[in-house]
Amino acid sequence: MEGAGIHVKDLNAWFGPKQALFNIAMEIPAKKATAIIGPSGCGKSTFVRCLNRMHETLPDTRVEGKVSIGELDVYGKGVSPVWIRRRVGMVFQRPNPFPTMSIYDNVAAGLKLNGFRNRRELDVVVERSLRHAALWDEVKDDLKKKSGASLSGGQQQRLCVARGIAVKPEVLLLDEPASALDPISTAKIEDLIFELKKEQYTIVIVTHNMQQAARVAEFTGFFLLGKMIEFDKTEKVFTNPSDKRTEDYVTGRFG
Amino acid sequence: MRTRFHQGLDDLKQKLLAMGGMAEQAVERAVQAFQTRDVSVCEIVLRDESKINAAERDVDEMSIDLLAMQQPMAVDLRFIVSCIKINADLERVGDQAVNIAERVMDLATHPDPGLNIDIPRMAQLSISMVRDALNAFLSADVDLAQSVLERDDLVDNMNREIFEAVNVAMRNTVGTHRNLLDILVVARNLERVADHATNIAEDVIFWVRGADVRHHAQR
Repeated sequence: MEGAGIHVKDLNAWFGPKQALFNIAMEIPAKKATAIIGPSGCGKSTFVRCLNRMHETLPDTRVEGKVSIGELDVYGKGVSPVWIRRRVGMVFQRPNPFPTMSIYDNVAAGLKLNGFRNRRELDVVVERSLRHAALWDEVKDDLKKKSGASLSGGQQQRLCVARGIAVKPEVLLLDEPASALDPISTAKIEDLIFELKKEQYTIVIVTHNMQQAARVAEFTGFFLLGKMIEFDKTEKVFTNPSDKRTEDYVTGRFG
Repeated sequence: MRTRFHQGLDDLKQKLLAMGGMAEQAVERAVQAFQTRDVSVCEIVLRDESKINAAERDVDEMSIDLLAMQQPMAVDLRFIVSCIKINADLERVGDQAVNIAERVMDLATHPDPGLNIDIPRMAQLSISMVRDALNAFLSADVDLAQSVLERDDLVDNMNREIFEAVNVAMRNTVGTHRNLLDILVVARNLERVADHATNIAEDVIFWVRGADVRHHAQR
């Protein structure tokens, strides 16, 4: 598995008649964490949902433009959304483990769906994924005894990360992964992002928390009203942004 | 809008400017004492140093509170970092004033060595640099800050001239070396005042433009 860069060009997205994204162009570097920040309703979640074709799963939505992950044309003819989502894992704001499944089966679910049946290999992948998600030590004795829903919120979120990386995606999309978590669980998720970068994942994280973006991401994009206003190295965006609108947002002078 | 935060930034600026006024006044008084050999003015400079030190602690505390409680970004972050650095420079300016005042108290007990040097002009230049650096800070005026940087070499040159004059005088005279050393220390402290003014001007440019112009980097 090698993290791939994401190339976005002329990306537009709609909810019914309402346009949510306007001509987004961005080069998301491989094997780095990129944060997407912006006020509520700016289109940042819609943007990441366009990267793995999740946007089109909602009724009456539409996407135009180009998204490539490495050499793969995400919106190319004949490209299966299911195949895209294998290459692009996603973790949502609210942890959403499969409630009736054991911890083990939660992690193994994606692999099983893809026809992976070898029990011993599944064990290896489950353990490796839980270790990468920094959850193994906390759950190793209850893998098959406890359900995913029995874990704490922070553990559930790390379980979702483990589930997401079990299928060895190249890209991991994190949509406000820590906004429902306490500070300790948040710190664990942030540590996890650093570990995943070492594992060569390309990470895109949507966050409301600018300090979190500053802590974990090498690059940051600022969105406003469906447009990408600025995209640069994180330290530049947070210490000396080029655009007045970015500055107004990061300094809280916005609105 | 983060009204309380921005009020906090305004308060920090006012506090730092008030401290700047005290530091500038201390140097002015020390120089006035040098010209008149008035020991009573020196005592005022020594007495008031504690006010500058107290202000330094207040500014540090306000800055740290804002950093910890408000997690500032971009221009606000640069502003607070600049304030912390300017604060340290202003406290040092106060120290230089005390050093000058102490030398003047010593000078007052000995005859004038009659050197042909222009300490008042050097002092005027150094003080004007502090004043302009503070005005640049007040009004976020990069051009004014830039003009401060350009004057630093003048003060450095004057300091070197005084050094040479004292050196020559020491070779040619006996018995007045203590006074000559006092004058050398006064000049050295005025040169340091100008250096602190330069640092403050650089911090103003960093705050306003986000550019690091220290050590003659791209100005």
